[in-house]
Parts: sequence; C-alpha cells; structure tokens
Amino acid sequence: MLTAFAILVDGLVYAAYLFIVAIGLTLIFGVMKILNVAHGSFYTFGAYGAATAVGIYFDRGLPAAGGFLLMALFAMALGLALGLILERGVMRLVYGRDEVVMVLVTYAAFLILEDIVILIWGTGSYATYQPLLAAGNTEVGELILSNYDLGLIVVAALLAAISYWALKFTRYGRLLTAVIFDRETAAAFGINVKVVYTVTFVIGAMLGALGGAIMAPKIAVTLGIGVEVIVLAFAVVAIGGMGSIEGALIGALIVGICRAAAVHLVPQIELFVIYGVMALVLLIRPYGLFVRAQPRKI
Amino acid sequence: MLNRGSTLGSALVSFCSLVSLLGVAIEPARAQNAAPAAATVKLGIVSFLTGPAAAPFGIPGRNGAEVMIEAMNAGKVPAPFNKVGFGGSKIEARYVDETGSAANVVTEFRNLVQRDQVDAVVGYVSSGSCLAVTPVAEELKALTVLYDCGTPRIFEEKPRSYVFRVSPHATMDSVGAARYLLARKPGTTSYSGINQNYAWGQDSWRDFTGAMQVLAPKITVDKVLFPKLFAGEYGAEISTLLTSKSQVLHTSFYDGDLEAFLYQEQARALDKRMTIIATTGEAAIWRLRDKMPNGTIIGGRGPNGPLAPDSELNRWFQKLYSDRYNVPPTYPAYQMAMSLLGLKLAYEKAQKGEAKPTTDEVAAAFKGIEFEGPSGKVKLAIGDGHQGISGTAYGTYRFNKQKNEPEIVDIMRFPAECVNPPAGINADDWIKQGMKGAKC
Repeated sequence: MLTAFAILVDGLVYAAYLFIVAIGLTLIFGVMKILNVAHGSFYTFGAYGAATAVGIYFDRGLPAAGGFLLMALFAMALGLALGLILERGVMRLVYGRDEVVMVLVTYAAFLILEDIVILIWGTGSYATYQPLLAAGNTEVGELILSNYDLGLIVVAALLAAISYWALKFTRYGRLLTAVIFDRETAAAFGINVKVVYTVTFVIGAMLGALGGAIMAPKIAVTLGIGVEVIVLAFAVVAIGGMGSIEGALIGALIVGICRAAAVHLVPQIELFVIYGVMALVLLIRPYGLFVRAQPRKI
Repeated sequence: MLNRGSTLGSALVSFCSLVSLLGVAIEPARAQNAAPAAATVKLGIVSFLTGPAAAPFGIPGRNGAEVMIEAMNAGKVPAPFNKVGFGGSKIEARYVDETGSAANVVTEFRNLVQRDQVDAVVGYVSSGSCLAVTPVAEELKALTVLYDCGTPRIFEEKPRSYVFRVSPHATMDSVGAARYLLARKPGTTSYSGINQNYAWGQDSWRDFTGAMQVLAPKITVDKVLFPKLFAGEYGAEISTLLTSKSQVLHTSFYDGDLEAFLYQEQARALDKRMTIIATTGEAAIWRLRDKMPNGTIIGGRGPNGPLAPDSELNRWFQKLYSDRYNVPPTYPAYQMAMSLLGLKLAYEKAQKGEAKPTTDEVAAAFKGIEFEGPSGKVKLAIGDGHQGISGTAYGTYRFNKQKNEPEIVDIMRFPAECVNPPAGINADDWIKQGMKGAKC
C-alpha cells in the first residue's frame, strides 16, 4: 500500500516536472512546426536567472515567499527577452524553409546560447536550494514528502488548466487554433500569422524559462542542464503527439507513473522505461496519442 | 489539438540526423613518432571545460595544471621538482575541452598528437574518454597520462606501452569506503546504493558490494538504484530509500548529480535515517558547505584535499592554488598536479644531458616510478608499472559553524597494499577471491 502510494506521488511529481518542461516545446511545434532545440537554452537561462535572483534575494534575509515569486518572474522575463530576440532576429528569416533546416537553425541557436551562458555566468555551478528547503516537508507514514514537490504538481495542474482555458475560451486561443489547423486559410481570413508566431514563440520561451526556474532549486544549476531536458521533453511530446498540449500532459503522466513504478519495483529497467514507453506508443500510434494521421496536402 | 501528424516523421528524422552529426567527424590519421625540434616541451591538457562535469572536475583539473605548469616554468616547485619546466625546457600547454562524443575526444587527441605535435597528453576525467583514447595513444605511440578517470580496465584489458596513470584506480575508493564503514559503524546490518548507470557507477557499486561481501558477509544489500547519468530528479529514488531499512547509503555520484541528490534528500530528511557514503564527496564540500549533511562519510579519490597528508609540498600546493582561485584545491586538482609531477620526473630521469629524450625513453623511465607529491607517496606498482597505487583516506564530514568552513574529521588512513590489488591480478578477481594479500 505504501509502495503504491509512493509510486503515485513520485509519478505525479515526475509527470509535473516533465509537463512543465515539455509544454513550451509542444506549443511551439503545434503552431509553428518547429522542433525547437533551443528550448533547452530557455530552460537553462530560466534556471540560471532564477539562481541569480534567488541568490541575491535570500542573501538579504528576505521572507521565503517572495523568493518563489521573484524566481518565477525573473526567469519568465528572461524567457520573454530571449524568445523575442530569437524569433525576431533569427527564426523569422527562416520561416517556410524545410523542417530539417529549422531544426539545424534552432540547434545552432542552442550552441550559441550555451556559450552565452558561459560568458554571463561562467563555468561554475550555482546552488538555489533555499526555496526547496524553505518549503519544508510532510510526513505520510514512513514517507517524507517535500512540500516543494507537492507544489510542483499544483503548478503543473494550473499550467494545464490555464492552457486549456486560453486555447478554448479566449480570442487569441481561437486564432491560434485556426493557425494550427491551416496557416494559409487563417491568413486568408485576415489573421496576422506573423504576430501569432511571435507571440507563440515568446510564450513557449517563457514557459521553457519557467520550467528551468522551477527546477533550479532541486538541481545544481550547471552547464549542460538543457541537453538532458530537451531529450526528455522530446520523448514526452512524441508520446502525446507533437504539438498537442493535452498529449504532453497525458504523455508526462504515463512516463512519470511508469518510471516511478520501475524505480520502486524493477529499478534495473528505470533507464529503459521512458524510451520503452515512447517506442511502444509510437508503434501503436505513429503520430502520438493525440494526433491523428492526415492526408498529405499537395 | 493539431492536424499535422505527418510532421512527426520528419521531425524525428531531423532529430536523429542531428544526433548522428555529432559523432561522425573522425578524420583519417597517420601515425607519427618524431619528437618536435623546439626547445619547449609541448603538453596537451585535456579536461572538461564545458558541460556538467566542468565545474566540479574539469575546471579544478585544468586550474591545477595551470598553476603547476606556471610554477614549474618558474622553477618554483619545491625540491626535488625545482628544475625549470621539464629538465630545463619550458612547458608550453595547450588546453582542450573533453566535452563531446568518444569519437570527438579521439579526434581531438589525434589533433594534439599529429597536428600540434605535443610531446605528451595529460588528461581525461571520464572513464569513457580514457577507454577511447588509450588504444589510439598506443597506435600513435603518444605518451599519455590519464589524470582522473577511475576505470581499472585500462591496464587490465591489455599491457600498455605509452599510457600511464599516476592516480590510483577506482577499486581503492570502494575498498577504502567499505573498510572505513565497518570500522566506524560496526552495527550496520543493511545498506543500499544509488549510483549512476554507466561504467563508473556500476564499477564502484560492484567493488563496494564485493568488498563488503568479503569483509562482512552477514550485512545485506537492500535497495540497488542506478538512475541515468545527469538525471537531475531523484524523487522516486528517495522514496524507495525512505521505505528501506538500510542504515547506510553508498553513492559514487559526483558533480551536479551529487548536489541535486543531496538537496532533494535533505528536503525529505533521508540523511536523518541513514548515513551517506559519498566516495567522491570531497570535490563538492567547498560548494555545498553546510548543505553537505553532517556525518556523511567522505572520500576524495585518494588522500587529496583535506584528506591529504600534511607535508611541505601539500601546503605549498594548497597555498598556490587557493591564492590564485580563492578556493582550496579539490581532488581533480591534486590528481592533475600528481600526474604532471610524475611526468616531469620521468622526463628528467630519461634525459641525458641537454638533449630532449624520445617518447620511448620517457615511457621507459616512467615505468614503475615512485615519488612523493602533494597527495603523499605514489608508486606505479601495478599494470606492469603503468598504474599508480597509493594509500587512501576516508573521513566524516562536519561543517564547522564557528570557523564557517567545511572540515573532515575522524580520518582513517589505509596503506596502498590494503586497498589496491597486487600486481598481476585484476581488481574484480582480487575482490572476489577475498582480497588476498591485503596488508592493512
């Protein structure tokens, strides 16, 4: 019973982490058809930005609650600036090119941004543990759960709910849906697709940076953290269906629960389970769980 | 949400192409063996300068090389290392990043040897890099000193002629950890392990459990966890450990993985339930400070850092490094310093008059060399005289609030012959056969 409970909680925490890092990636792919490798850089900048902000904040002995808010806001501001620069400065020049070219462009951006991280923050690692430890813990039987982890589940649920509401019930969400379904028709109906692209890319960048900020207190913020994230996020997005937010949520839940079960029950297959699940899903539904195959347009 | 499922295939293809692009740049090479004509001695220093292993290992290793080479060139290293550079020739160092695929590491190695014509390469943190570079070094007859990687396989798989490792291999760390644990916590009845799922983590756990089986066969193994390298999130692993009955947790985690695990476990008070043995913990104490749990059993891949024996050379090295970088040297810096000192001694031993010795002469002089450096005595006693052994030390971590600095207390030292296999037997067999011949 305790093990089952632990698997459920651990699975939800891991799913929350995966969803937070994958949502921006899937949003950009859904709208712009770009597999954005630079998403790992948004995550990295968010984590470094949060580490800087939290370090300054907690060094002054200010109340912990403000630290949580500051790290999220600062990271999202960084994501906004970075997303805007990248979209206006680089991506708009290659819209309409082959998808492979787009991947290579975002990969080049990723490499450049990794070097910019070194220029700004150096090669050392940064610790941002204060919010994690300040949040405390809760005992449930033999288990001790981190309140910060439980908060992650709430944040992921909120993000999912806000995304659903924004897409289904707001004007911008409807415009976005129109662009997702058919860019040319949307443009013919007077939707400014360029603006939709810019806004979407910037929101995706802000979500990536938010993911980095939220994870920063749990990890050592160091070079290379974005590489791991982009691979994991890609696996989750592929399971759910490229570009599907509800797919990313379900994909994250499946991977999270399967991985937690593997760690508790058969730890030898923990490494395999994420990609095993991905392979299995793609074998049955080659386009992911929430994307239907469509006839090719000519 | 969208209707463009067909793009998944091309996206996957793009992603796979990208990954494969990273690993194909192996340029054809031709062997060379000619010594450069210049008066300087050219060294290639390879370490992680970027990526997750840079901050804890790569950069301290590189910094250790920088200060040591500068001191050697100025003739300021205490005797018997006080001759300028290598045998009077100034050292010219070229620093190369180890980050990248094994193919990339090998390409960079070939570049150093064939294009830059270095006299020797000193480097490599990752066991994967060491295993990839070793056969190429032998093929090119390039003198190579591996400075940090721990895998015992380098000299167990095959005899080597041009590859050396002054730093002892990882078996010493695991056997030392087992001996310290049993001496300090004799009431232990069960232990668990969390190690990275690759050669280093697997080998460390295998050697530790093997040593425990020999020394205390009644102690049982409970949870065995191998998360992937740089996993970052350990919630499920910590829950598993919280539900176990172990009193001790063995980990060979390092760098960001060690720090992430320690932050996450402290948020859930795991260290209040079990003692953590961190076999590479020394490299993290100056960054973690009061976030390294008090009572953690700390290793430093040998007698390095606060575990190093007190000596004039050690005090000199500590001051040299701390003055430059405002932080005490950790074990990668020590290992680099020891590797350079060993190479310097071998070079000077091989030198006849003012002429530059050949690679073969330096390699012959390096074989079986014995000296005392900042980490104490080391002898290239195994691997046919190519692999160093030394004593090791373990201690218990405590953050001294009054001094506001980390310290390691209750240090126990183990002689080289107590924790290393003797010559002629590989580490795994030695442990399985009951560590026969160990002199403690």
